[in-house]
Formats: sequence, C-alpha cells, structure tokens
Amino acid sequence: MSGPLIQAEGVSVAMGGHLALQHVDMEVRPGEIITVVGPNGSGKTTLLRALIGAVPLSQGHVSRAAGLRIGYVPQALSIDPTLPLTVERFLSLPARRAAEDRRRALTQAGAAGLEQRQMSELSGGQFQRVLLARALLEDPQLLVLDEPTTGLDQPGSAGFYRQIEALRGETGCAVLMVSHELHVVMSASDRVICLNGHVCCHGAPDVVASAPEYRALFGSGTGGALALYRHDHDHHHHDHDHEHEHDHA
Amino acid sequence: MLDDFLVRATLAGIGVALAAAPLGCFVVWRRMAYFGDATAHAAVLGVALSLALSISIFAGVLGVALVMALLVSGLSSRVLAIDTMLGVLSHSALALGLVAVSLLDGVRLDLMSYLFGDILAVGRMDLGVIWAGALIVLGLMIWRWQALLAATLSSDLAHASGINPDRERLILTVALAVTVAVAIKVVGVLLIAAMLIIPAAGARPLARTPEGMGAFAAVIGVAAAVMGLQASAQFDTPAGPSIVCVAAAIFVLTQGFAGVRRR
Repeated sequence: MSGPLIQAEGVSVAMGGHLALQHVDMEVRPGEIITVVGPNGSGKTTLLRALIGAVPLSQGHVSRAAGLRIGYVPQALSIDPTLPLTVERFLSLPARRAAEDRRRALTQAGAAGLEQRQMSELSGGQFQRVLLARALLEDPQLLVLDEPTTGLDQPGSAGFYRQIEALRGETGCAVLMVSHELHVVMSASDRVICLNGHVCCHGAPDVVASAPEYRALFGSGTGGALALYRHDHDHHHHDHDHEHEHDHA
Repeated sequence: MLDDFLVRATLAGIGVALAAAPLGCFVVWRRMAYFGDATAHAAVLGVALSLALSISIFAGVLGVALVMALLVSGLSSRVLAIDTMLGVLSHSALALGLVAVSLLDGVRLDLMSYLFGDILAVGRMDLGVIWAGALIVLGLMIWRWQALLAATLSSDLAHASGINPDRERLILTVALAVTVAVAIKVVGVLLIAAMLIIPAAGARPLARTPEGMGAFAAVIGVAAAVMGLQASAQFDTPAGPSIVCVAAAIFVLTQGFAGVRRR
C-alpha cells in the first residue's frame, strides 16, 4: 500500500463552544513514526480521537484506507473496580484471541507472563504495556498512542519508546504518538507535528526543533533538546528541559 | 405442573433472575444503578396508561420504560449533575404515575401489586410473556457481549475497533426497558432495580472475569427467587420483598467471604 493510511483535511473540532482544532491537515503513511507535540490543551488528544472517529468533526474530513486496522492505546483507561478483568480476558476485547497470540503480544509489548493477573493489580508501567499488547493483537497497520508514558519514570518511558521503535521495525506498522517528552521521543520519529490548536509547524525532528514557531511555543531552552537526545545520558539537562516545558504548558 | 401457582411463580422468578443477571452486571459496571431505578419507577405511569387506554399492562409498561430510558440516556445537562437529573426524573415519573392511577375512574386497582409485585398471581400467559422477554434480553446480552464490554471499558477503544458505543448503550437501554416490563409482575417497580444490582454486586467478590460475574449473578438471582418464594410461602410474607431479602442476605455472605479472603 503506498497511499496514506489515514488523512485529515481541513479538520476542525468544536469542544464545549471553542474550537479545539482548526483546519488541521495531516497524513500518516505506512511504516512511519509521527510524533505530535504541543502544550496542554493544544488539541493533541482531540486530534487522535478525531482520526479514529471518536469525536464528530465540525469541518473537514478524515479518510482512512479501506479496511485500516488501528491499534489504539488510550492515554488513561480507568477500569471500574466492580469489573473483574484478568489480563488475558482484557486482551480478548473486543475480538476473541487465541492463547498463543495473547502470549506473543504480551512478549512483544514487554509484559510476558502477566496473563492471570487482574488489571487492577498492575503497576502503571505494566498496565501501559498490557494496553500496548492489546493494540498489537489488532495486527495494526497503524498504532495510535496517546501519551503512553504518563506516570512512568524517565528510564521507564525511554524503555517504552525503544519498545515502540523495535515494534515498528518488527511489524512495519506506522506509529502516531502524542507525547510531551520531546527530548526522548524525537530521534525515533520520522516526522514531528507541532500542534497548538492548529499545526504550527511540522517536518523532520531537527527541522521542527529549530523552527521559530516551535521555539515560540516551547522556548529556546528546548531548542537544545534534540542535541540533548543525541547524547541522552545527561540527566541534569533532562530535568531542566522538563521544567521548561511545564513552564510553558 | 404449571397448575401449581408456586411452580409458576418460581419459574417466573427464575426467568427474571436470568435476564437480570448479565444486564445487572452492566448496570453495576457502568454505574447505571440510578438509571435502572428511574426506568423502573416510570413503569407505574405505564400501568396507569395501559389501564386508561385498555391495552396490555406489559405493552404500556414497555413503552413508557423505553421512553424514559431513552430520555435519560440521551440526557446531558450542563447545569445539573447526572445523578441529580436522574433523581428528578425518577421520582417525578413515580409521582406522576401514582397521581395518574388515582385519577382513573371506575378502575379498581391494587396499587400494591404493582409497587411490590404479585408473583403468586402469575398465570400461564404471564409466564410466557416473562420468559419471552427474558430470552430476548439474554439473547441480546450474549449476542453483543464482547462489544458491550469493550464499550464499557472505554468508548475510545471501542471506536478504534469499529464499535459504535452509542449503539451498544442503546442496546442496554432497550434491554433494561424489556426487563422492567417483565419484572413488574414479579418484584414490582420499587424492587426491580434490586434484582438487577444485588445479585451482580453479590457476584463481584467471587468472580475473576466478566463472564464469571454474570454467571455467579445468575446463580445468586435464581437462588434468591427459589428460596425467597419458599420463605414467602412458609412465613406468609410478601413474595417480591422476600426474594430481594434473600438476595441481600447472599450479598452480605459473599462480601464477608471477600473480607475473610483478603485477610
């Protein structure tokens, strides 16, 4: 397949009286990793939900490739405590899966051996990996992840992103990801879209990182983020960048 | 066998318990308890309308319950919280129903039998209607089980998998209305929600999976119906409330079991 998997043209979404998204154009092509960055309230999650068809569009339209299989990893999933759910049962939603497929997906997602555990007993990192495993069982052409590392510590999220990159290499699926951790994500991305209600700028990671629109949103401090990623062992700088993002969020 | 009123009553109770078990689980998981109450309370209005229009009670109750359920599920208020809105609708519908019944001329109506059920008066025809309704609800639940579960977990997850969560909610709404319509004769409008919620809640500590919870809820519901009716015959207590009392007792036992196991 050579055409885009999913394409948004002039998409606007109104939420509670204001426009959360305005005239967004974007597309995801097979096998590429796209990261969407932007301050809080910039419509990142809304964009993902619009692409999977979970929010009505007020303008524009989204076209998906025929029969597109999407694996979706939501930002947060709160499971009501009254709902008993083992990991293996969760993986069989909404389609029943064979035990062997479930085992393979858990292994791929780095959560091997959790089948019999209750979802409510998992740690944050395990929970995210189980969500990822469930998405993988859809045999996705496109993996959609909404801030998948929320609640994970630095090494935890770095590990998670490495896993995503490895998965793309293994399965060839495209990845569309929202993240606030620019410095960790960027090198793995083919393209970065900087969102603030509208698309501020987009392109290869280093192009975006040096774009004036991006710097205006995130400050020049994160201008060094990309360079930082290339030697990403400097923890002091990590922390600094984090604070900086939050200042502007 | 069906000539014995206690046998008919028991079969009616079992039918309602089987339909209420899986549906009740969704009511609990989706925190729709108040929603079930509102739909059930509206049933009194359905009784009044059926008598006024001389149509079957079942049809009248089903119609009103359906309208109420659709109204409530489509409801989103920016001013009042959803439980407040449900409280308003639920009790208004009940009050309106009670007033409407009193305005009916020339109809002698045993209101108590609709408020608390009249399971011992279940005839062959009633039994047929109850089981038909119960089988429809059970069939709906089994047919849509996977999609309903996915939509219950997260509407976004459902969307991404090509499931429309609004349609699944509509299916639950219809199932709820049918259950209310068939259960009114068995436990009465005031206790229908109890048959939905108590067995499901009692099943929670015993279950590791959603299916397990549905199955345990069915066992608890059926046990409550059978034992409640026996107790009612033995001690000459009202049948519907006796069934609910047994269900409540089982609930207490399973909660205690959970407490002991945790220790």
